[in-house]
Amino acid sequence: MTTLAYDGTFEGWLTAVFEIYEYKFDDVEFSAEGVSSNMFSMDREVITDPRKAGRVKQGLQQRLSPQGYQQLYQAFYSEEEKIERQMWLYARYAFASKINIEGDQRNPVVWNIYKAAQKVRRESHRMKAFVRFQLTRDQLYYAMVEPDCDVLTLIARHFSDRYADQRWLIYDGKRKYGIYYNLEKLSVVEMTFHTSTPGVEVWDEKELFFQKLWQRYFGSVNIQARKNMKLHLQHMPKRYWRHLTEKRVEL
Amino acid sequence: MLLSERVTEKLEILADAAKYDVSCASGQSKRENKNKGIGNSSGFGICHAYTEDGRCVSLLKILLTNHCIFDCAYCVSRKTNDIKRAAFTVEEVVDITISFYRRNYIEGLFLSSGIFSNPDYTMERLVRIAKKLRKEENFNGYIHLKAIPGASDDLIREAGLYADRLSVNVEMPTEHSLKLLAPDKNHKDVIKPMTFLKEEIAGRKEERKIIKKAPLFAPAGQSTQMVIGATKETDLEILAMTDYFYGKMNLRRVYYSGYVPISTDNRLPALGTPVPIIRENRLYQADWLLRFYGFKVNELVGWDQPDLDLDIDPKLAWALRNPEQFPVDINTADLEMIKRIPGIGVKSAQRIVQSRRYRRLQPEHLQTMGIAYNRAKYFLAFSTPFSLHKDLTQEQIKQQILKLQQSKYEKNFSSQLTMF
Repeated sequence: MTTLAYDGTFEGWLTAVFEIYEYKFDDVEFSAEGVSSNMFSMDREVITDPRKAGRVKQGLQQRLSPQGYQQLYQAFYSEEEKIERQMWLYARYAFASKINIEGDQRNPVVWNIYKAAQKVRRESHRMKAFVRFQLTRDQLYYAMVEPDCDVLTLIARHFSDRYADQRWLIYDGKRKYGIYYNLEKLSVVEMTFHTSTPGVEVWDEKELFFQKLWQRYFGSVNIQARKNMKLHLQHMPKRYWRHLTEKRVEL
Repeated sequence: MLLSERVTEKLEILADAAKYDVSCASGQSKRENKNKGIGNSSGFGICHAYTEDGRCVSLLKILLTNHCIFDCAYCVSRKTNDIKRAAFTVEEVVDITISFYRRNYIEGLFLSSGIFSNPDYTMERLVRIAKKLRKEENFNGYIHLKAIPGASDDLIREAGLYADRLSVNVEMPTEHSLKLLAPDKNHKDVIKPMTFLKEEIAGRKEERKIIKKAPLFAPAGQSTQMVIGATKETDLEILAMTDYFYGKMNLRRVYYSGYVPISTDNRLPALGTPVPIIRENRLYQADWLLRFYGFKVNELVGWDQPDLDLDIDPKLAWALRNPEQFPVDINTADLEMIKRIPGIGVKSAQRIVQSRRYRRLQPEHLQTMGIAYNRAKYFLAFSTPFSLHKDLTQEQIKQQILKLQQSKYEKNFSSQLTMF
C-alpha cells in the first residue's frame, strides 16, 4: 500500500492517478493532508502537474460520457470518507474496460461514485435554494452558508448568471472561504469571517424591512389545516435554519 | 414607516388569499439573463423554502387584490365573505418582487387577482406589472400570470409575451358543480381562453423554429387547477378532465387542491372537515402515472370502480387487479413494463435496463440500486427460482405491503375512512 499525498485539488488527484500508472503502484491511498497516518505504508508526495493531469483528464473523457466525467468531478467534492480512492477504482475500471462502464450500477464502485455525485448535486441544489443574501450599506449582497459538501465552486456560475447586476459574496462558514462576484468576474476569497452573522449595524437601511416582510410572507402562506411538520423538516432540515432568514427568530 | 407597515399588512392579506392556489412550478422555462439584467429561469425550478404544511415556496404568490365581483362559494375572496380587503399598486408588486428576488428568496412572481370592475380592467393591471418587470427592470426571473376568463384576446396575448406560464383555473371538475357553487361562471368561459392560449403557444413555437429571434410566448406553457372534495365528483370524473387537459389542451400541469373548509355555506363541507389530503395525494400519483408511466385513465379508474383506492397507491392497485401481467422478468422485459412494477420508479427502471447489459441482475443487485425491493419483490421473476408471488393471493400481497409501509397519514386515515 502506497499513500499518495496530494494537494487536495481535483487537478492534484488527476496527477496522482497519472503517477499510479507511471510508477506501477498496485494499491494506493490518498491523503490531502500530506502526512500519512499509517506507519507501514510507503509515502509519495505528488506535485500537481497540469501536463500529467491533462493526460488523465483526456483519457477519462475518452472513456466516459460528458455526464460520466462530470459525475466523477462532482464526487470529488462530496467529502465522503476515502472518496479519492473510490474515484481511482472507478477510473481504473474505466481504463481497463472496453466498453463504457457508467451503466454498470450493480458494481459497487460505479454505484459509490453515482451516490457521491448525487449527494453533491443535491447539496448544490439545496444551496441554490437556501442562500439568503443580505444587503449591506455599501451595496454588497452577502450570504453565509454551511453546506454538507464543498459545493461553493460548483454553484458559483448559477449565481453569477442569475445575479449579473449586483455585487455578491457567498461565504462558507465551515470551510472558511467564499466566492465573490464584482460585476465582472468571479473569484475565490480566503478569509476568516465570524460565523455569527453580522447584523443591523452593517445593513442597508431597508434590509431589516425586507427581512421582516419575507418572514411575514412565509408565515401567511402556510395553511394551518394542512400542517405537516415531518414533511417540513424533511425538506428544510434544522441544520440549515440558522442561515435562513424566514427561520431566524431574533429579527 | 407607516407606509412599510401598510405594505406588510397588504402582503399578509393578499398572500393569505392566494395560498389556496397550489401551483408552484418555476421550471420548464427558457429565459436567460440578457445584457446583465437581473435573473433567469432557464433550468429546473428551485424551491427556496417550505412552509410548515410541507408545501414549497418558490414564487412570491399573491393576489393583486382580493376585491371581487363574484361570489363563488369555495373561494375565500368571494364578494359576500366578511374579510379584510386590500389592493397593491403596480409599483408595490414590482418593488417587492425585485427586492425578494435579489435576496434569493424566490424564483419569481405568481400573480393572480380577484375580479374588480370587469375582466379586462383586471387583466390589464396584471399585464402592466409583468411588462414593467420585463421592460423597465430587465427582470428575467419566472412570471406566472392568471389569464382572467372573459378578458379580451389582445390582453391575454400580451400577457403571454411577458409571462413564462399562464393559467386559467377550471376550479370545479364538472359544469354541474361549478353552476352549484359559482352561479356566475361556466366552463365555457374557462375553456375559451385555454383554447386561445393553446393555439397561440403552438403558433409561436412554430414561428420560433423559423425565426430564432421571435419573442418567447409563455415558454413554460399553461396549467390549471381543480378543487377536490368540495363537491361530489368521483376520481373518474376528475381524471377524465385531467386527460382532456393533457391530451386536448396540451397543458403542462394539472393541479389538485384538496378543499380546505373556509365557509359555513351548506353547499360545502362544514368547517373543521379534514382536508382530503390522501385523496389529493392519490390523484397526483395517478397524474404522474398518466404523464410519465404510460398509463391510460381507464387502467386506473372505471365505471365499476370510479375512485382510486385510498389505502394503496394507484400503481400497486393496478398491479393487484392485473395479476396476469406478473411476474415480470426484469432481465428481459421492456422499459415500459418495468416502469409498471410497483416499487420501481422511472429512473430506477432506466437504471435496470442500462445495467442489465453488463450482467444478469439478481435480487441482491436491485436492493443496492435504490429500488423499493420489499414492495417490488411480489411482482418480479428471476432466473433463480423465486416464486414468492405464486403462493399468495392478491389480498395477501396487499396486506403484506400495507404492513410494511407506515403511512405518513395514518393518524387521519381512520377518521377519513369512516367518512365514506
